[in-house]
Amino acid sequence: MKSVFRTFRFLKPYLGPALLALLALILSTAGNLVIPALSQRIIDLGVAEQQPRVILIGAGAMVAIALLRAAFAFLEGYLSAKVSEGVAYDLRNVLYEKIQRLSFSYHDSAQTGQLLTRVTSDVDLVQQFLGMAVLQAIGALGLLVGSLVLMFVISPATALVVLGLGPVAVVVFAFFYRIARPLFTEGQKRLEALNVTLQENLAGVRVVRAFVRRAFETERFAARNTAVMELQLKVGRILATAIPLIFLIANLSTLSVTWVGGIQVIEARMTIGELVAFTNYILMAIFPIFLLSFLMASIAQAAAGAQRIFEVLDARIDIVECPDARPLPDIQGRVTFEGVGFRYFESQPWILQDVSFEAQPGQKIALLGATGSGKSSLTNLIPRFYDPTEGRVLIDGIDVRDVKLDALRQQVGIVLQETLLFAGTIRENIAFGRPEATLEEIIAAAQAAQAHDFITEFPEGYDTPVAERGTSLSGGQKQRIAIARALLVDPRILILDDATSAVDFQTELKLRRALEVLMEGRTSFIIAQRVSTARDADQILVIDEGRIAARGVHEALMEEIAIYAELYYTQLEGAEETRENVLLYDAALSEEVAQ
Amino acid sequence: MMTRGRHMAREADKAEDIGVTLRRLFDYLRPHSAPLLLAGGLVVLNALFKLASPYLIGEAVDRHIVTGDLTGLHRTMLLLLGAYVGEMLTQTLQFFITIAVGQRVLYTMREQVFHKFQELSLRFFDRSEAGDLMSRLTNDTEAINRTLNAGLAQFVGNIFFLAGVLVAMLFVNWQLALISMIVLPLMFASTFFFSKRVRAASRVSREKLGEVSTELEANISGVRVVQAFGREQETLREFRRVNAANRDANVTAQTINAAFRPTLDIFSTVGVALVLGVGGMMALEGAITVGVIVTFLGYVRRFFQPVRMIGTLYAQVQTAIVAAERIFALLDERTEVEDAPDAAPLPEAEGHIRFEDVTFGYAADEPVLREVSFEAQPGEMIAIVGPTGAGKTTMVNLLMRFYDVDAGRILVDGRDARAIQQESLRAQVGMVLQDTFLFSGTVLDNIRYGKLEATDDEVIAAAETAGADSFIRRLPDGYATELGERGSSLSQGQRQLIAIARAILADPRILILDEATSSVDTRTERVIQAALARLMAGRTSIVIAHRLSTIRNADQVLVLCRGRIIERGTHAELLERGGFYYKLYASQFEGAGESLDGACPPAS
Repeated sequence: MKSVFRTFRFLKPYLGPALLALLALILSTAGNLVIPALSQRIIDLGVAEQQPRVILIGAGAMVAIALLRAAFAFLEGYLSAKVSEGVAYDLRNVLYEKIQRLSFSYHDSAQTGQLLTRVTSDVDLVQQFLGMAVLQAIGALGLLVGSLVLMFVISPATALVVLGLGPVAVVVFAFFYRIARPLFTEGQKRLEALNVTLQENLAGVRVVRAFVRRAFETERFAARNTAVMELQLKVGRILATAIPLIFLIANLSTLSVTWVGGIQVIEARMTIGELVAFTNYILMAIFPIFLLSFLMASIAQAAAGAQRIFEVLDARIDIVECPDARPLPDIQGRVTFEGVGFRYFESQPWILQDVSFEAQPGQKIALLGATGSGKSSLTNLIPRFYDPTEGRVLIDGIDVRDVKLDALRQQVGIVLQETLLFAGTIRENIAFGRPEATLEEIIAAAQAAQAHDFITEFPEGYDTPVAERGTSLSGGQKQRIAIARALLVDPRILILDDATSAVDFQTELKLRRALEVLMEGRTSFIIAQRVSTARDADQILVIDEGRIAARGVHEALMEEIAIYAELYYTQLEGAEETRENVLLYDAALSEEVAQ
Repeated sequence: MMTRGRHMAREADKAEDIGVTLRRLFDYLRPHSAPLLLAGGLVVLNALFKLASPYLIGEAVDRHIVTGDLTGLHRTMLLLLGAYVGEMLTQTLQFFITIAVGQRVLYTMREQVFHKFQELSLRFFDRSEAGDLMSRLTNDTEAINRTLNAGLAQFVGNIFFLAGVLVAMLFVNWQLALISMIVLPLMFASTFFFSKRVRAASRVSREKLGEVSTELEANISGVRVVQAFGREQETLREFRRVNAANRDANVTAQTINAAFRPTLDIFSTVGVALVLGVGGMMALEGAITVGVIVTFLGYVRRFFQPVRMIGTLYAQVQTAIVAAERIFALLDERTEVEDAPDAAPLPEAEGHIRFEDVTFGYAADEPVLREVSFEAQPGEMIAIVGPTGAGKTTMVNLLMRFYDVDAGRILVDGRDARAIQQESLRAQVGMVLQDTFLFSGTVLDNIRYGKLEATDDEVIAAAETAGADSFIRRLPDGYATELGERGSSLSQGQRQLIAIARAILADPRILILDEATSSVDTRTERVIQAALARLMAGRTSIVIAHRLSTIRNADQVLVLCRGRIIERGTHAELLERGGFYYKLYASQFEGAGESLDGACPPAS
């Protein structure tokens, strides 16, 4: 509940329109209350006491008030839309900015779908509460109190009788709400299960067909389909009972007014006009009660939404700039790890331990090791995606924690294994790291990355749109665009996650050439799956279970280090054949270059 | 298929189309005609009860309250109570019936759509978006549901009620009735005027919301790239832009809405004022009584509700018709690969496979395979090599009969594949694909998918043969470990091992393998290789090969280029020949880790 109040501060920029909306609401509510009083006067003074002027003036006033009331109601609706949409806009921006700034460690455990829900539906819940519910609650309360007061003025006895129906309405409503709410949640869950079955069936259609599992799948679907239907029926029955019952209560109030009021009129303690006005007021009093009950539910939902929103907004950003962080001058590219240890949380095992090495400017460092040995974690420490738990990472002798983040990351380029492109044109994607780059610079980068030829083959060339997450391009093409992207930034330090998997030989050849161009004159770290990639590195670090198990150049390692030789040989069919192949590869490469 | 559906709607006479759709929708209701008739009766009864109450109140005022008749008042009030209770009961019962019918119809529709998905050929799935198909089964059926559940009955009920109000008013006093009806056409006109605009505006704001989600989705999943390139400010700016567009669209939609309700309010109050003003003057002349005015006030106030309901329900019915069209278009989709009427089941296969001049293309004029012929003896291993796009996967798809050949034929044990029941053919052909598909569920369930009746011991034995047992046992819950969305909690290599175990458990006579080229670490790779070797032993295997070791062991290597087999023979024979294969082999560098793919020789 506390988080609900925290959301009020988002109303602050909209205080003016919000107060105006409130004023408009009060005025239109007052209009609502006046109209039955007018009809009472028309009947009692006009009809019963034969004053035609009262009738005509009354009817005219009624139309005038209706127009005014409509104008205020419109104003209120417009202003509250402005306020609530403004609040939603601000909330989304704040959330989005925070998500963009949260460190990698946060995103490791967060799911995209979850964060998405927070920025969309949770914001909606809070928005509805702040923008509509608060105003509506005030309006409903005003209407309730106003009509009650007027009813007591007209006839205290009748008012007391019908007042008894209010609590009944609240109880009935609360009862159904309590029964229905868990069923709604359960229904959502079952529908999700049905969707998962369907989605997997569609995505795995080949497997389903290949294993002839149609009967099995159909049965599974039927079971979930039945589960959904049964629950929907249950919910439906509750609603089918609740809605007419609530209307019955409203109707009963009219009945009791007519009945009790009728007796009062007969006993001459009330006029017919008052009775007519009374039947109007009683409806005005009953519906705010329903509305307030609804709003209570909306407060509970808004509270849940607000809590989830603040969970994100309050999340700690692990990687923060020191207040006295300095800009990073143009660097040479010397990278030093000093006794670096790293783990995600204290309760978790070490990912890296006691890692020390130094890369000289322009050197090529290959990282070798099994999946999960810590290669990627090591490179993630250089651009400060994470901070080391122990030890220091230095660039040109400066601790990376002492420099400005933007400055640091601008000097470190990364090509990840899984290439991620954004919606937009190819040109925009290459210019992602340097939006101000000229077309000439972009083309130059693409040429160096061996991407220019295939890009110009598209009818729209560099303006070809990349579908969401690059689905329309082949794997090799995406990788080359990612390499061009890194090239354009012209970083001094480069990190490559062995990006040459799952492409055919020719493409691989082109990629390798692109990468060689990219690495020239930069300090480069290559996460290698294969020893072949590491062969001509200046330094090879063999990582095993988070420690540097061996280091050196290829030849030395082959002779001295068992684990490296083992890695090497298991990847080969035999040394002899390999030598032969290496020669052929070099020949093929020079042939390609010549072409 | 979507485009075809849209095309159809454009070409055909639209009104007729809606007629056909409605008729088909009503076909779903036919089995429930008895309860629906009952519901219809209840709708009428309910409207009558609703009409009775203002009349009774007017009676009470005129006959009893004005004249001071207490017993009469009590009697009328009891009648009124009866009318209210009757209104509630008929409403509840009618809801019960329509909800039950609606849910059953919905169940049937979902079932039919799902069945259709199981029957449709892969060609259909190739050109459809999974999201769109999902949406038909979820959102479209839901739209129909809303209409069936409440909409239709209420639509009818409200029209009936409105008509009843008019008749009752005319009956009580036709002059006053006609005067107060003046507002009715105005209310209808403004309802349609506004609801059209509200719908258009909310469509825009839904689109804008879609853009916000797209932007969010892309940048949240790409947050690492954004941070790595220091692009936070720019993406934030872009997000603010779509966010503001969404806000403005919402404000527009809500502003129209904010004008809509008060406008109806004005008309309804004008109606009240007319009744009071004109009716009051008439009462002064003695033409009507006070009770008539009270009754009329009750009726006029009740205009408001049905008019608005009819407006919204009209929109709802339109949405439902569009949704139904989409579902029916799907149900009408032709199944391309169908069992011939005289197709026979395939008895225990020996595993003899023969392709005779097979030609095939996914699109009409673009053959992917041309006159491909080869023969595999039972137990043989055939390796297919060639560059990406040569047609390797297509050969496999044809053997599984995911598609039918355009020319030539495929024989299994000497019988044309088209004369064999699809399912009995596939039951004897096992497949391990490059990207392994796992279902949500436990590891045990996923392996058991190969043979549903397998005992736990059989499953574990298969996992052991596949070399998957040791890593499975290290998982938090062993074989009972729940796999996340498509097995995302496992590494690629682990997923492959589970797929191999699945195939081992299925124990097919014919095996199709697509060797992985993705990067798994060396140790896992060795385990996978060994598992595959055990899996292939004694079966006819067709392998899309990338590894030298596989190719060397093959009984026959088919070199595929641009849809043709350009060379064939054993590894040694092909090397000796010194043709394209030799070049391919030569260009392969550094041993086993690399893939044997290359470019086709220039077509000559």
